[in-house]
Amino acid sequence: MDLRYTPAEQAFRAEIRGWLEQHVPADPLPDFDSTREGFEAHRVWERALHAGGWGMVTWPEAYGGRGLDLIRWLIFEEEYYRAGAPLRVNQNGIFLLGPTLIEYGTDEQKARFLPAMAAGDTIWAQAWSEPNAGSDLAGVCATAVRDGDDYMLSGHKIWSSRAVHADWAFGLFRAPGSERHKGLSLILFPLDAQGVAISPIRRLDGKPVFAELHLDDVRVPAANRLGGEGEGWAVCMSTAGFERGLMLRSPARFQVAAAKLVELYKARAGGLDPTIGAKVMQAWMDADAYALSIYATASRLIAGGGIGPETSTNKIFWSELDLDLHRTALSILGEEAELTDTGGWLDGYVFALAGPIYAGANEIQRNIIAERMLGLPR
Amino acid sequence: MDFRLTNEQEMLAETVSRLFADSCTGAALRRLLAQNAAGDAARWNGIVEMGLPALMAPEDEGGAGLGAVEMVLVAIAAGYWVLPEPLVEHAGVAVPLLVAAGVAVSEGTVAVGHPRNRLVADADTATALLLADGAAVHLVPAEDVRVTRRESIDPFRRLFAVAWQPKASTRIAGEGWDRALDHGALFVAAQLLGLAQRAIDLSVAYTKERQQFGKPIGSFQAVKHHLATAQVRVEFARPVLLAAAALLAQGSPLAAIRISHAKLAATDAANVATHAAVQAHGAMGYSWEVDVHFVLKRALALGQAWGTPGFHRSRIEAHVLEQQLGPDRTFGKVMNREAALERA
Repeated sequence: MDLRYTPAEQAFRAEIRGWLEQHVPADPLPDFDSTREGFEAHRVWERALHAGGWGMVTWPEAYGGRGLDLIRWLIFEEEYYRAGAPLRVNQNGIFLLGPTLIEYGTDEQKARFLPAMAAGDTIWAQAWSEPNAGSDLAGVCATAVRDGDDYMLSGHKIWSSRAVHADWAFGLFRAPGSERHKGLSLILFPLDAQGVAISPIRRLDGKPVFAELHLDDVRVPAANRLGGEGEGWAVCMSTAGFERGLMLRSPARFQVAAAKLVELYKARAGGLDPTIGAKVMQAWMDADAYALSIYATASRLIAGGGIGPETSTNKIFWSELDLDLHRTALSILGEEAELTDTGGWLDGYVFALAGPIYAGANEIQRNIIAERMLGLPR
Repeated sequence: MDFRLTNEQEMLAETVSRLFADSCTGAALRRLLAQNAAGDAARWNGIVEMGLPALMAPEDEGGAGLGAVEMVLVAIAAGYWVLPEPLVEHAGVAVPLLVAAGVAVSEGTVAVGHPRNRLVADADTATALLLADGAAVHLVPAEDVRVTRRESIDPFRRLFAVAWQPKASTRIAGEGWDRALDHGALFVAAQLLGLAQRAIDLSVAYTKERQQFGKPIGSFQAVKHHLATAQVRVEFARPVLLAAAALLAQGSPLAAIRISHAKLAATDAANVATHAAVQAHGAMGYSWEVDVHFVLKRALALGQAWGTPGFHRSRIEAHVLEQQLGPDRTFGKVMNREAALERA
């Protein structure tokens, strides 16, 4: 164990810090879910990041990355959140689909999708859930019917983040007549294709952060299938591993939030409920514990290790810490907690509320831990 | 940056675990209790043969020359198997204190009366005691102290009030109590982590076997979720503990903070896991017959030893409120930009 950054890692930190100081927009961008304008402003930012060579540092250079390891990805993320840079509008693409493409994609698919993804030219939405397939994802009904060199996609997808404005989506479809985990394929499709109808879904605060997608005989080439036909479940679980496990919620996000919580606590000390101090300290500790855990995972992966069911422990931990952290902030704000202009705490809370639900509800994660880590019977 | 144990460290953890596993079975612990013995002589011989008491002593003083990370691994195993003998305080606290003071480490164990612990553990079996007179450190032969036992709920904890008189001749070099506290807290945290995992493992084994409603109770989500929640606490205490040990070994100024963090996280994990274990075992969890109570009692004891949660939280608070925080400081301050570029 050596918990010191090498000179090269420190130089990398200095380099990205310098670039961000020069380029991060002085004023925060309008959020990417409420309006097309906000969405496009984030696309412009993605292009700027890519032009600087910072789109996705872990990807091979041939696909628009820098071929760097996961420790450098963590350093990048630390500096990124530290600088208050815009949220990544393409997170479904770069953090979830991207690593899956690198693992399962053909050379042709990688060349076709990754550079455009890294450049912000194609922004991705996820199309997994259906009205009757949420936690029980193997219950998806949407179909992919083979027609020569194409698939015809039909069905009803829901809770697709970013799909209101995104360019492409990746979805789980089954061969007609197949059941459960068998016969599923992961297929990529453009959201402006003929037969795709998109209806926004409003979050509980009214923002249209999701969409439902009705697909009616949407024709896509078979070359849009990622992984083998009928092997979609395994491919998706790999995406889910990255989603829960590593990239979706980088630790820096929570460490920055915890540092802000400490500032809020210091600014409003005096007259607070005396139990709040311990919660603030807990939030700081939990954010750091999450970071330490991810450094351990990253070190293991760099050395050739795999990502396993322990990713479920990550998902539970970050989602619960995020919720606790924001609830603590609201309890410091007291009567002002309900006001919508108090520096983003309320927005953060609303966002954190969804954490224990998306990417596999925490109850499902607990089942996975119990069955696959602890070996309890199903 | 490499947050992985070395192969040698993994092997050490495995070897030590095997030694304890063979001899710390529930039946063996009960036999020890029936004999009213402080420890098992054969096991202690094995521990000495493996060089564990002098693990942290330098090689030229007959030790293994290993560091805090290795000692943490030994302490995790000691916690997991609810080791009755005073290996961890001797090897992890007393030996480094003696080494720092330039005192040769002799045969037998040395008990530690840290100012933060009112009672001294295993004072009756020690050949000497490290005791505090203010900031001064004294090494006092066992025959020069009077000890009075206080019963702990943990039948293997031997706690004593110690009466003694400081003399110039017993004083040793150094004012080492802060470092001793860090060592004590770190290795207690390690034991707590081991205890937490043991509580979960005992529960998994039991709930796979125990049938109700025609099924193993471990197939019920309500039971699974208790144990999964405990495992999450363990998973996020472990990296804090390992980081604390590595930072201590590296001489990082952040080590003390991570040690307090590790103590709090491991105490929490042990509390959640041992209570889940009692619940998962049902009435058996409340009985003398199954081993859960050994784990529960040790966790209860160690959670308050070497600095209460309140003490460690106040150390965290002083850091959090006074130091600059941020995602770039997980392992301490980073080099400024110019210096980093120049060095590279």
